[in-house]
Amino acid sequence: MHSITLVVNGVVREATVPARTLLSDCLRHHLGLTGTHVGCEHGVCGCCTVLMDGEPVRSCLTLAVTADGHEITTVEGLAGPGGALSPVQRAFAECHGLQCGFCTPGFLCTATALLAENPDPSDDEIVEGISGNLCRCTGYQNIVKSVRRAAELIREEA
Amino acid sequence: MKPPPFDYHAPRDLGEALAVLAETGEHGKVLAGGQSLIPLLNMRLAAPGHLVDINRIDPLDTLTATAEGVTVGALARHSRVERSSEAAAAQPLLRQALRLVAHPVIRNRGTVVGSLVHADPAAEMPAVLALLGGSVRLARADGPAREVAAADFFTGPLESALRPGELAVSAFFPALPPRSGTAFREFARRHGDYALAGIAALVTLDEAGAVGAVKVACIGVGATPIVLDLTGVEPDAVAHAVRGRIEPEADIHASADYRRHLAGVLAARAVDEANGEARRAFDHAGR
Ligand SMILES: Cc1cc2nc3c(=O)[nH]c(=O)nc-3n(C[C@H](O)[C@H](O)[C@H](O)COP(=O)(O)OP(=O)(O)OC[C@H]3O[C@@H](n4cnc5c(N)ncnc54)[C@H](O)[C@@H]3O)c2cc1C
Ligand code: FES
Ligand code: FES
Repeated sequence: MHSITLVVNGVVREATVPARTLLSDCLRHHLGLTGTHVGCEHGVCGCCTVLMDGEPVRSCLTLAVTADGHEITTVEGLAGPGGALSPVQRAFAECHGLQCGFCTPGFLCTATALLAENPDPSDDEIVEGISGNLCRCTGYQNIVKSVRRAAELIREEA
Repeated sequence: MKPPPFDYHAPRDLGEALAVLAETGEHGKVLAGGQSLIPLLNMRLAAPGHLVDINRIDPLDTLTATAEGVTVGALARHSRVERSSEAAAAQPLLRQALRLVAHPVIRNRGTVVGSLVHADPAAEMPAVLALLGGSVRLARADGPAREVAAADFFTGPLESALRPGELAVSAFFPALPPRSGTAFREFARRHGDYALAGIAALVTLDEAGAVGAVKVACIGVGATPIVLDLTGVEPDAVAHAVRGRIEPEADIHASADYRRHLAGVLAARAVDEANGEARRAFDHAGR
């Protein structure tokens, strides 16, 4: 067993895990943060995407022990103080960027990082940016719209 | 599924990592970005006794570009190399190829050196190393490091010249020669998937501006990247020449004939694009 310390959504969290524990399972089972979803566990679906030191990564392809000492942001950490939804979250709600919501945590984390790096992406850049995330419901059109709208919201509120 | 149990080692420096690898021998495996190894563990296709996680060895996180070429350390992620304008200036094929490796999120963790050692026959970076005639530097605890040329490094599908106890510390990609251009073309069913077939091309013009040397490396159509010298082949004969010199195999994704067809089409396009780049470089140098 290994004792690890993560800063999850700004809070220092400790966990004792076997080395083979995936970061996704550590977040869900050990820390009770079930917002991070798990679809495929081989890097293909993208719904387990979280931010590690601000960069989107697959939590199912990262060992919890490797993440020791790093900062993790999950979907639970995207909202502002008092639970006010972030611009990306509001845009997804406004533009119907989700249906069942299974893929949504991964899209929200991916889009948040995409817009932090590129505040005004073209449609092609949006599609490229979310190409690693699968959605079985929406057909993607509204997700692309949501990301475009989120970029606007972030600019308006800057 | 979940990884099988293993003993975990998190060395703080290279010496410690090499000592653990020496001790664990063929039971030890290096964990770099984990973007190939962890899927294999999750699917229980690999069950190493020991994992040596190199992610805390900061001195391996290096990227240097000089007039000779680009040296990529074992911890340099795909994304870092892709973004580096110095690396792109010294060898544009690096960025051209990296854009085709998986998705941006995978590239945030996966490493270039890990990709070379993993040696997937459809992976882009082994073809880049093979086409350019680069090399991989392998270190071990009980002897000097050895520099293995690309031609000797890729030994089979998912097999490289790395021996038990060794760690790949860096890879060297030679710089773009003068009056030269490169291109990478591939075809994948979905963006970010491993390609069904792909071609990296390098074209060099002679001093008078005529096409001098033409080389391609093919992926997805053999056990390892296949480098072909197409110097002297007329542009409209490139596809035919490539098709005659590869022996692709069929799998659930594509038939052998389809792969052969694709490789020809992609080679013609890649050589054409590399030729255009070479011409631009020639005109630019002439002015
Ligand atoms: C959904 C998905 C799509 C992908 N698509 C592509 C694609 O289109 N093209 C492509 O090329 N790749 C693709 N990949 C793989 C990706 O590029 C990996 O990052 C890369 O192949 C391996 O790099 P890594 O650092 O993650 O290595 P790891 O997964 O950590 O290791 C891979 C292997 O190399 C060994 N190894 C790694 N580093 C060293 C070292 N320094 N010394 C000795 N041994 C070492 C490990 O022991 C292991 O056997 C994809 C991955 C996923 C999950
Ligand atoms: S669960 Fe991680 S990518 Fe599908
Ligand atoms: S909303 Fe159902 S999978 Fe995307």
